[in-house]
Amino acid sequence: MPAPDVERVFREHYGRAVAVLVRLLGDIDAAEEAVQEAFLTAVRRWPTDGAPPSPAGWIVTTARNRAIDRLRRESTRADRSRKAALLRADDAPQEGGSVPDDRLRLIFTCCHPALSTAAQVALTLRLLGGLTTAEVAAAFLVPEPTMAQRLVRAKAKIRAARVPYRVPTEAELPDRLRAVLAVVYLVFTEGHSASSGDRVVREDLCAEAIRLGRLLAELMPDEPEVSGLLALMLLTEARRPARVGPSGELVLLADQDRARWDRALIAEGQTLVRECLRRNQPGPYQIQAAITAVHSAAATAADTDWRQVVALYDQLMAVAPSPVVALHRAVAVAEVDGPAAGLALVADLDLPRHHLLPAVLADLLRRLGRAEEARAAYDEALALAGNAADRAFLRGRRARLG
Amino acid sequence: MPNYLMTVVEPSTGPGLAPGQLEQIMKDVDVVHREMHDAGIWVFGGGLHPPATATTLRPRDGDVLVVDGPFAEGKEHVGGFSVIDVPDLDAALAWGRRLALATTIPIEVRPFYDTSA
Repeated sequence: MPAPDVERVFREHYGRAVAVLVRLLGDIDAAEEAVQEAFLTAVRRWPTDGAPPSPAGWIVTTARNRAIDRLRRESTRADRSRKAALLRADDAPQEGGSVPDDRLRLIFTCCHPALSTAAQVALTLRLLGGLTTAEVAAAFLVPEPTMAQRLVRAKAKIRAARVPYRVPTEAELPDRLRAVLAVVYLVFTEGHSASSGDRVVREDLCAEAIRLGRLLAELMPDEPEVSGLLALMLLTEARRPARVGPSGELVLLADQDRARWDRALIAEGQTLVRECLRRNQPGPYQIQAAITAVHSAAATAADTDWRQVVALYDQLMAVAPSPVVALHRAVAVAEVDGPAAGLALVADLDLPRHHLLPAVLADLLRRLGRAEEARAAYDEALALAGNAADRAFLRGRRARLG
Repeated sequence: MPNYLMTVVEPSTGPGLAPGQLEQIMKDVDVVHREMHDAGIWVFGGGLHPPATATTLRPRDGDVLVVDGPFAEGKEHVGGFSVIDVPDLDAALAWGRRLALATTIPIEVRPFYDTSA
């Protein structure tokens, strides 16, 4: 058998192995250490000995044995009782992976509300995604020592405060799941925003978020918002090839070359949206996915079913009202009833320090032929826009006013 | 089982309580405390006199300085506390949530070192 790509096995199975070992050892650091040792052994052995029949099972078993060896060497009283527990743990998966609940437990522990959002994101990427501390730091433009300290603190809190390692009860689940989905979506939007930093690392973030989304969908097939989030990410990711122009500038949805959209991702996302709709338990991610699906279904921007988009934004305003949602709704209304109708809706919005509001305002004023006011609104948007791509786009629009 | 300290974080300034409000709070907190007793998780706790009644002892060159007042003057102070004995943070937070609603002010939940391990 040819030696398998240990790196690939690592990406696919690191989170699973850590999750199993956390349950067996009751300690995240010890679990990470054991799994890393197992992968090091794999790197040494697999190229010469060949891969085991079940690489994932081999990693878990090897990690468990390494943990037992270590506890034998360092036997303190607490360690001995832990070792006894380990040896009793005959439910430790030998072949073909693990109890899926372990990864679910780990996700809920990583995204526990007693941890800051930044810590939740870092832990999730590190433990479930298998990203190195350096990779997580680079992705969030934080110095590596800062990220290392963030991870150490979060793990210390989990240990000292005894954040439980379990899937929340049904009563707690809606709140707790919201936090998990928010972390995954935050990873995705951070990768998608392309605000700054290393493009490659950021695309990795999108891929990682989708991988986590797929994992959640597999582990919680009965949660429509989980499918909704996955669909939203797939449909958004599908547009990526058309989203940035040759010189790195942002290309608006209306101007994108739709031939460059990823048809396979769109088909998968649309199927998920349809399945969600059938369940009739709408939530914010499902509705946003449905909106994105409507855009994906249009062959050209002119073919967009804007009435459907407005109807979906009405739904979104009902379940998750926010000024940003209202702004997007106003944009859709402008497509159906004209820019004056959109302008009337935008005028009432309170969205301070956000460049999106003056940017939309500027566009509506431009379409109404009110160039002078449009120019002032573009200036305001330019002053607020944080990233280079957004600013370049706004400058271009302003210049075209003449 | 591990112990958690639930600190009642009282504002040091700002508007006082409306007439009758304190009585209501005391009644609500009492209910939670009684339920802690009944659940067998209550270890110790109580309300504290205001920080102005505190005396702070500071070691200095082998001697100890006696200072009138609390260890720190802040926007908030410890108004009281409960120590409970529950298996994990989720259980502690569930009780803390009830205390926060009863006291109408923040509750800090903090684990004690586990001395049994």
